[in-house]
Amino acid sequence: MSDITLTLIKLGFLAVLWLFVLSAVSVIRSDIFGARVETGKAGRPPKVAKAKTPRTPRARKPARGKPRRLQITQGPNAGQSVPVSDQPIILGRGTDAAIRLDDDYVSTRHARFATNGEDWFVEDLGSTNGTYLGSQRITTPVPIALGTEVRLGKTVVELQK
Amino acid sequence: MSTPAGQAAVPAYTPRKRRNAELLLIVLAVVISIGAYCAVGIGVSGEVPSFAYRLGGAIVVVALVTHLLVRRFAPYADPVLLPIVITLNGLGLAMIYRIDLARLDKSGPDANTFASQQLIWTALGIVGFVAVLLVVRDHRRLQSMTYTFGLVALVLLVLPLLPVIGQNINGARIWIRLGPMGLQPGEFAKIALAIFFAGYLVVKRDALALAGRRILGVDLPRGRDLGPILAAWLVSLGVLVFQRDLGSSLLFFGLFVVLLYVATERPGWLVVGGALFLGGAYFAFLTFGHVQVRVNGWLDPFADRDRNFQIIQGLYGMAHGGLLGRGLGQGSPDITPYSYSDFIAASMGEELGLAGLMAILLMYGLIVERGLRIALICRDGFGKLLAAGLAVSIALQVFVVVGGVTRLIPLTGLTTPFLSYGGSSILANWAIVALLLRISDQSRRPAPAVVQLDEEDATQVVKLR
Repeated sequence: MSDITLTLIKLGFLAVLWLFVLSAVSVIRSDIFGARVETGKAGRPPKVAKAKTPRTPRARKPARGKPRRLQITQGPNAGQSVPVSDQPIILGRGTDAAIRLDDDYVSTRHARFATNGEDWFVEDLGSTNGTYLGSQRITTPVPIALGTEVRLGKTVVELQK
Repeated sequence: MSTPAGQAAVPAYTPRKRRNAELLLIVLAVVISIGAYCAVGIGVSGEVPSFAYRLGGAIVVVALVTHLLVRRFAPYADPVLLPIVITLNGLGLAMIYRIDLARLDKSGPDANTFASQQLIWTALGIVGFVAVLLVVRDHRRLQSMTYTFGLVALVLLVLPLLPVIGQNINGARIWIRLGPMGLQPGEFAKIALAIFFAGYLVVKRDALALAGRRILGVDLPRGRDLGPILAAWLVSLGVLVFQRDLGSSLLFFGLFVVLLYVATERPGWLVVGGALFLGGAYFAFLTFGHVQVRVNGWLDPFADRDRNFQIIQGLYGMAHGGLLGRGLGQGSPDITPYSYSDFIAASMGEELGLAGLMAILLMYGLIVERGLRIALICRDGFGKLLAAGLAVSIALQVFVVVGGVTRLIPLTGLTTPFLSYGGSSILANWAIVALLLRISDQSRRPAPAVVQLDEEDATQVVKLR
């Protein structure tokens, strides 16, 4: 083998090695440089796993059984409510909460209510005293229905029409 | 865990499988692995090794089968981890084969060779990887076995000290011999410890984070909460004293301190841990001859050329490699002792140069980044801590061994994950990757589809109370 071939092999190998590293980085690009801005055709709608019902367009009227507001039924803030939309709602004592709960047993960012367009879920955000459905402390996002009582500290909230 | 950034990242996340991206990267990884083998053959003897076709076929089959299994059993798993690990493993195999060729050339056909054994270990490692992926279908199950894993870790750490099966090799008592196989239980203890620490801290972190006094602007924990960190410190010191294994001792203690910090968000733990580590390290320096040798070899290797032969050879090797390296098969990495295991980073530096070594370090960086990213998007506290722990253990191990070889810190014997020759290391690290993939599959998976909740379902929820 001539020197020039060996040098070419050497450089080629290094090039492929770096090509690999760079393509690995490009695969996770959105994680490193932030999510891609979804524009027009390029944007794919978020896939929902095995959604059995055909997806209907977003801008439909609230169907039957669709919650319209998140109502606080017990606790220091009883009576207050927040209208629900597609956006997730955070409850807690912090300033970014949809309703600032005046409850000593509630954490700054306590729980999040979010929807996938069909169902509503409640998720505990690592609160100190936990979020309860009945006597069950929740650890993962749990689907909730209209009227299901969710307890955060001394506060009880539910989705209402 | 109350990491606002991580929590905020969850809802914006769009579940995507990315399996085709993984396949593409795996194809590149296979090309690199086979290319490295061929380049070694061409560099050493001017021709492609005769068994390259068989080996290449085997690599292609194994990589494809692994990919298909991941596609089937962990469809939402991280797409980058597996290709990177295959590449590192392939590069390691090629380098070990290259050093084998040099040995055969030098001392005839009865020289010790390692490549074929490493190939067997890699195959076993992939079998273990698949087994972990199939057995652990939900990482949260592991949390219920927290203390079992703690016990397993202790047993694994004590095993080499037992009289019959324990073995003293090169001054370190970290080996056990089971029939024809030698194993380093410490590599497996690493995984068991990560599971134990994660399970323990996820339960105790509130007590650790909230109770305590503030002294000199540092939040110090309560005395009784200090128990576990002191126990971890004593165990690592015990490893250091009785097994004479600096690297593992540093790895275990560092893992625990970092996990404490991650779990409690209290920098005070880093202060306490760092102080304990410095105290322990200084004590070890004063007391143990082998630690003094390592520290002196770090500060001034050329003062004692015979004793520091290995590190000096490693440095010359990397200098010989320069920016672009000698090219695979054209350096002389074999003159460094243990150039196929502890010093494989120096061998890579010599034949692939700074450019190649940086690519390898970047790959480790990507593995760690993926691990921490998995921890961020994981929904449960145990999974977060476990993923962070596994990622940190790889980061610490690479830092300790590469830092030692490049004379950034005192040299301690540890294997370079996936690159080095060593069965236990390969098996344990493939298992770590399987666990990481499992956690990422769980956390990247979209929320389970729930049938429309109507009034009847609501009554069911009420019934659950």
